[in-house]
Amino acid sequence: MSILVDKSARLVVQGITGGAGAFHTRQCMDYGTNVVAGVTPGKGGQMFDGKVPVFDTVSEARRETSCNASMVFVPAPAAADSILEAVDTGVELVVCITEGIPVMDMMRVKALMRGKQSRLIGPNCPGIITPGACKIGIMPGYIHKPGNIGVISRSGTLTYEAVWQLTSRGYGQSTCIGIGGDPIGGLAHLDCVKLFNEDPGTDAIILIGEIGGSAEEEAAEWIKKNCEKPVAAFIAGMTAPPGRRMGHAGAIVSGGKGTAAGKIETLKEAGIAVAETPAAIADTLIARMKA
Amino acid sequence: MNIHEYQAKELLQKFDVATTRGRVASSLDDAEQIARELGDVDIVVKAQIHAGGRGKGTFKNGFKGGVHIRRTPDQVRDVALKMLGQILVTHQTGPAGRKVNKLLVAESADIAREIYFAVLLDRATAAPVIVASTEGGVEIEAVAAKSPEKIIREPIDPLAGLQPFQARKLAKQLSFEPPQLKSASKLFEGLYRTFVAYDCSMVEVNPLVVTTKGEVLALDAKFNFDDNALYRHPEIAALRDIAEEDPREVEASKHGLNYIGLDGNIACLVNGAGLAMATMDIIKFYGGEPANFLDVGGGATEEQVTEAFKILIADKKVKAILVNIFGGIMKCDIIAQGIINAAKTLKLSVLLVVRLEGTNVEAGKKLIADSGLAVIAADDLADAAQKAVKAAAGKK
Repeated sequence: MSILVDKSARLVVQGITGGAGAFHTRQCMDYGTNVVAGVTPGKGGQMFDGKVPVFDTVSEARRETSCNASMVFVPAPAAADSILEAVDTGVELVVCITEGIPVMDMMRVKALMRGKQSRLIGPNCPGIITPGACKIGIMPGYIHKPGNIGVISRSGTLTYEAVWQLTSRGYGQSTCIGIGGDPIGGLAHLDCVKLFNEDPGTDAIILIGEIGGSAEEEAAEWIKKNCEKPVAAFIAGMTAPPGRRMGHAGAIVSGGKGTAAGKIETLKEAGIAVAETPAAIADTLIARMKA
Repeated sequence: MNIHEYQAKELLQKFDVATTRGRVASSLDDAEQIARELGDVDIVVKAQIHAGGRGKGTFKNGFKGGVHIRRTPDQVRDVALKMLGQILVTHQTGPAGRKVNKLLVAESADIAREIYFAVLLDRATAAPVIVASTEGGVEIEAVAAKSPEKIIREPIDPLAGLQPFQARKLAKQLSFEPPQLKSASKLFEGLYRTFVAYDCSMVEVNPLVVTTKGEVLALDAKFNFDDNALYRHPEIAALRDIAEEDPREVEASKHGLNYIGLDGNIACLVNGAGLAMATMDIIKFYGGEPANFLDVGGGATEEQVTEAFKILIADKKVKAILVNIFGGIMKCDIIAQGIINAAKTLKLSVLLVVRLEGTNVEAGKKLIADSGLAVIAADDLADAAQKAVKAAAGKK
């Protein structure tokens, strides 16, 4: 079992003819993802790699192929519009990989998505993978292994680190979601925790956060009251100086808020096992599962 | 990106936000001329550097204070002479100080009351929020901690923007007198328009003042811009003052590298922002001090890796370098080749600890082993951090 994506996903790739879009589409197809359509305005009618029809608009792609999920590789200035285009057609899941989208654009996207059925993952994220079934994103497929641990993270390579630790110790994953490092994005830690909590195929959860905002704290409050599955966490940015943006637009300690120390304290209070170092993420969860 | 006080003033004026009269001077003649235009009023002369604590700073020439009040054009010229081109040291500049190339010469406001007013992006609601308080002129965090009831929060609908009734409501809550309500509302609306027009993540006015004559003015404004949106605001990007930034960070950004200088002696080169932060954390956990944050990104080239090494070893405090790469899309053998090239061309003299994992890791490890370089190989992240801490300590 898994959350959000499985073998039934029928993917449309927005920006399929761009360099990154084409490369990662092939990687996803190699992994077994069912890519049914691509969209690049002005290139409708072409075939991508001789297999995937390209359309000018998402609505045509939806009508012709019944795609139910979208992966967005459109460059930042047009990415917010592409997300809204996908949402307008009612696809169930939109995964936006693009980084560098202005935060005002994402603010409008969030406001316009209210009441819509589509869910958004990202932007500025590695995507989502249900090992052995479906990969929508840029993560290396082979480090994953089917299993029953759910992984939620804001960052890409740090997620790979945690997943690799799990896989090397023989623990597989139900689904791994990179929610992205921007200040405003789609699904938050809490949304994903709720989905994993309801998923019978997920027995334990790893939550990886970082400095900035209060999304980890909100998830912790909910977990404290509602989640009976073991949860382990790691928060990056213990040594980050205040007022400096640490790579991700969202990773910044400002006005004394969003510090790693504050987040770790809240997580511990909620009964979550917090890894002391990024090298101990899997072991911390395994110890909690055995406790 | 930060901007100077005088630049903030110019941005506000474009959106009809009332502020004190005055402008920037780059020469003694400018300063004297502006003072003449301002007429028979008290005139404040302020050193323009990005660091705070200017008023209490000291120039290296011995002159005290980066902010002064004078009355006549001659007096303004005289004080400008002691400030322009001089190095000002404040608690935020560090002992090196900053060169003062420009002065703001403006009318000194006769303040009756100080207010705090900010428009910022609220991540939790994904919308702008106005935060204001009658307790202006002091640190707002201190007010929030001591008397949270004095902090007013007005959420704004991101699609509709600030509504006139909200501006009036805020003006009342901030105890403006009836004759000032209109000018206060107008000022709030101007600030909100500025916030939206320039893709700001924050516009903070502290203090917003009422003068003894009853005028409502934005006395000082601090802007935070969204770096992701600078591409559509070339006029804002042009305000960047490279002289105010860490030269290592400026150099790194030229090569598409994300670098932040810190004070430790273990340099790090990592792919991915989250992993880069986590690498700094684990160095500290094992008793070391990171010298920097460096994210080479998801698709770094050999050339970028070489440039990254150049920046790392230019920091003379660095005793060891920890390379931590989790190859996903980026292949370990390509990174390994970049490391080998950099180490050979730059004649690295500091210890190098390398941890590779992920795509093509075996090929990458073999390249390094066969290169003859004195590289300390690490098996995992914990091992790498411990070896780097040990290496840095051994060379002290």
